[in-house]
Amino acid sequence: MVVMYRNSTIPTGAMTPMWTSWGRLLSIETPQHPFRKKPFLSTNGTILATGNLKSYGDSCLLSNGTAFSMLFQDNILAWNPQSGRLKVEAGVLLDHILQNFVPEGWFLPVTPGTKYVSVGGAVANDIHGKNHHRVGTFGHFITSLKLLRSNGEAIVCSPSANSNLFQATIGGLGLTGIIDWVEIQLIPIKSSLMDVEWLRFEGIPEFLELNTASSHYDYTVSWLDCTSSKKGKASAKGIYIRGRHHPDPSCLSIHKKPYLKIPFNFPDLTLNKYTIGMFNKLYYHHFPKHKKGTQHYDPFFYPLDQLIDWNLIYGKRGLYQFQCVIPFKHSLSTFQTMLDIIAASGQASFLSVLKSFGSIPSIGLLSFPEEGLTLCLDFANQGIKTLTLLKQLDELVLAARGRRYPAKDATMTRNQFKQFYPNWNTFLAYKDPKISSDFWERVSPQ
Amino acid sequence: MTNLDPDLIQTIVVLGATSAIAKAFIRQCCNAQTKFVLVGRDEEALDAIKSDLIIRKARSIETIVADLADCFRAKETVQAVMARCSRVDLLFISYGILGDNAEALKDNVLTQEIITSNFTSVACLLSEFTPIFEKQKTGSIAVITSVAGDRGRQSNYIYGSAKGGLALFLQGLRHYLSKYGVHVLTIKPGFVDTPMTSAFKKGLLWASPEKIARGIRHALLKKKSSVYLPGFWKWIMIIIKLVPESIFHKTKL
Ligand SMILES: Cc1cc2nc3c(=O)[nH]c(=O)nc-3n(C[C@H](O)[C@H](O)[C@H](O)COP(=O)(O)OP(=O)(O)OC[C@H]3O[C@@H](n4cnc5c(N)ncnc54)[C@H](O)[C@@H]3O)c2cc1C
Ligand SMILES: NC(=O)c1ccc[n+]([C@@H]2O[C@H](COP(=O)([O-])OP(=O)(O)OC[C@H]3O[C@@H](n4cnc5c(N)ncnc54)[C@H](OP(=O)(O)O)[C@@H]3O)[C@@H](O)[C@H]2O)c1
Repeated sequence: MVVMYRNSTIPTGAMTPMWTSWGRLLSIETPQHPFRKKPFLSTNGTILATGNLKSYGDSCLLSNGTAFSMLFQDNILAWNPQSGRLKVEAGVLLDHILQNFVPEGWFLPVTPGTKYVSVGGAVANDIHGKNHHRVGTFGHFITSLKLLRSNGEAIVCSPSANSNLFQATIGGLGLTGIIDWVEIQLIPIKSSLMDVEWLRFEGIPEFLELNTASSHYDYTVSWLDCTSSKKGKASAKGIYIRGRHHPDPSCLSIHKKPYLKIPFNFPDLTLNKYTIGMFNKLYYHHFPKHKKGTQHYDPFFYPLDQLIDWNLIYGKRGLYQFQCVIPFKHSLSTFQTMLDIIAASGQASFLSVLKSFGSIPSIGLLSFPEEGLTLCLDFANQGIKTLTLLKQLDELVLAARGRRYPAKDATMTRNQFKQFYPNWNTFLAYKDPKISSDFWERVSPQ
Repeated sequence: MTNLDPDLIQTIVVLGATSAIAKAFIRQCCNAQTKFVLVGRDEEALDAIKSDLIIRKARSIETIVADLADCFRAKETVQAVMARCSRVDLLFISYGILGDNAEALKDNVLTQEIITSNFTSVACLLSEFTPIFEKQKTGSIAVITSVAGDRGRQSNYIYGSAKGGLALFLQGLRHYLSKYGVHVLTIKPGFVDTPMTSAFKKGLLWASPEKIARGIRHALLKKKSSVYLPGFWKWIMIIIKLVPESIFHKTKL
C-alpha cells in the first residue's frame, strides 16, 4: 500500500544511491539506513531521522552523517475505539491512518496537503492544516510521545510529563531525538464526504472579507493566481474554498490509490510565467462566482496526491518553496509588495496558497504557525534569479515581523532564523548533540 | 495454506516475522480467524507487530524470540512453535541476510554466515517440520528464495548460491511431501524495497513488499510450485539464464 511512494522522491537515472527531499534541489549520495535501535546508538558522527522526505528544503537531509529512515517502523501500537486515541510508530504514514480508521468513523485532527507524510515528520514540523484557525496545529492533538536520545535514554514526553522536552520536540525538526512512537487524538466523522463551497474573489481585501465571514467553517483555504496581480493594486484573483465534514451519516469510504505518475523530469522552464498564467486563468474560470457541492475528503484535502511525483514537472533542477506567515496588521501590504516583486522578477508561482492562521498559540518552541496570514509559493529553480527573488521576499518577511517555514525552506540564514524563531536559545538546551540536518548546519546559531 | 477462507480458523507460523515482506504478508492474511506464531530475533520488533495484529483483530498471536540461523537450536525452535499450536496450516519462512559478497571474499566467517542464514539453517528447520507435516497430511509451506539463486553472478554469488541451494532443497521437499498432500511453494522475488536493500538505488524494476505479499497469497491459493514476483521476473530470468557465459562475463551483473 504505502511503500511504492516511499522511493518516489528518488529521481531515476544513474545507479548510484541517491535520495533527496521533495524540492529536489540537492541529492545525497550515501544511502539511508533502515532505523534500528542498536545501529542508531552505536553510530559515530552525526545522525538524522527521516520520514517520507516530503519536506521541500533540506530539513530532512543530512549530507555528512548517517540518515535513518523511519518508514519501516510502521506498526499501530494501540487504539481505543471509544476515545479515538491512537498510538503509532513514527514511520506510519497519515495515508495508513486514514485507510484503517476512516471506515471506523475517525479522521486526522490536522492534516497537511498530502497524506503521504509520516507521523514523525508531522510532529517534527508541527504541521498545520486548513483548520488551523479553529483547532491549531498537529501538536495540539499529541497526547504523548516517546523520544530516543543518542545517549541511550528513552523519554516519554507529554503536556504534563517532561513538558519542556515535549515543547522542544513538537516542531523541533527532528533535532531533539528520534521519535519512536506518538499517541494522537483522532476526531470523529460521520461521513467521508465534505460539504464544500468555492467562491471567487478579486484582490486580497476581498479575500479578507470572505475570510472573516467564513471563520465558523472548519476548513478554509484559498488558491491564488499570482500572475493576475496588477502592480500597486491588491487585485490578485483567487478561489476561496471553505468546507466541513458532512454532518449526516453516509458512506465511510477511504481514498483510492493515485492513478497517474509523472514518469520523468519535464524540460526546464515547462513551468514559466506564460504557461502558469494560462493554467491559472483556466482554473479560475473553471469556477462560477459561487459554487456549492459535496466532495470526498481525498480531492478536498489532497488534490496533488492524485499525481505521483508531480514535483518532476518543475524540471531536473527542482523547485524552491516559500511559505511565510505575516501578522494580520502587515499582511495586506506585505503580500501586495510580494506579488509585485514576483511579477517584476519574470518568475511565477504555479501553486499559490493563502490561508489565515488563528490565535491558538503553537505548542512547540520552534513551531512555525502564529496568528496571521500565511502565503505559500513555489518557484522552479532558475539558479541565481530565483535566489535573488527569495532574498527579496525574505527581507519583506523580516520587515513585517513574520517568519518562514523550515519544512519549505532552503535558503534561510543564521541571522534570519534567530529573528524568525526567538525561542532558539531555549531550544538549544534540548537539542540532541549528535543529531543535525543540512538545514540545521545552515541556520544553527553558533 | 489449505484455504484462504476467512471463516476457517487457521494457524500461520512465520519464521522471520520482522522482515518487511513478512510484515506485509501477515497483515494481509490477518482476520478474526487467523492464529499467528511469529518467530524472530528482535523482541521489541515482534512486540510491535503483535500490537498491530491485535488491533487488526487477529484471533491470537504468539511470539518466540530465537536466532533462526543457529542450526543447533532448530529442534528447540520447532518444539517451541509446536508448543503454541496444535496444527500448522501455513509455514512461512522469510528470514535471510543479503551479506556483502566482496567483504565475504576477505573473511570466510561472513561466507559461512551468509550460507548458514540463507540455506543450512532453513534446511534444518524445514527438516524438523517435515515429520509434522507428514503427520498432518495437510497444510502449506512457503519459503522465500530469490531470483539471485537462478544464476551465479560475480556481484553476489555467495547469497545467490545459498538461495539457489534452498530452491533445490524445496524442489525435493515438494516431491517428498506431495504424497502427503502438503503444498510447498518456492517464492522468488526480484527487487523489493525493504531494509535489506536500503543501500540500493531504486528504479522501475522495484516492487513494494505489499505487492510481493499479494503475489504470495495468490500463489498459495493457486497451489503453485514456484513463483517469480512480480511475474515479469520470470521472463527476465529466462533471458538471463540463456545468455552464454562468454557474453555474461563481459557484464558487471
Ligand atoms: C504536497 C505537499 C503539501 C504539503 N502541505 C503542507 C501543509 O498543508 N501544512 C504543513 O504543515 N506542511 C505541509 N507540507 C510539508 C510536510 O507536511 C512536512 O514537510 C512534513 O514534515 C513531511 O513529513 P515526512 O514524513 O515526509 O518527513 P521528512 O520530510 O522526511 O522529515 C521532516 C522532518 O521530520 C524529521 N523526522 C521525521 N521522522 C522523524 C522521527 N521519527 N523522529 C525524529 N524526527 C523525524 C526529519 O528529521 C525532518 O526534520 C506539504 C508537503 C507537500 C509535499
Ligand atoms: N528485498 C529484496 O529485494 C529481496 C529479493 C529477493 C529475496 N528476498 C528475500 O526475502 C526475504 C525477506 O527479506 P526482506 O526483503 O523482507 O528484508 P528484511 O526486512 O531485511 O528481512 C530479513 C529478515 O530476516 C531476519 N533475520 C536475519 N537473520 C536472522 C536470524 N539469524 N534470526 C532471526 N531472524 C533473522 C531479519 O531480522 P531482524 O529484523 O532482526 O534483522 C529480518 O527481519 C529474505 O529471505 C530475503 O533474502 C529479498
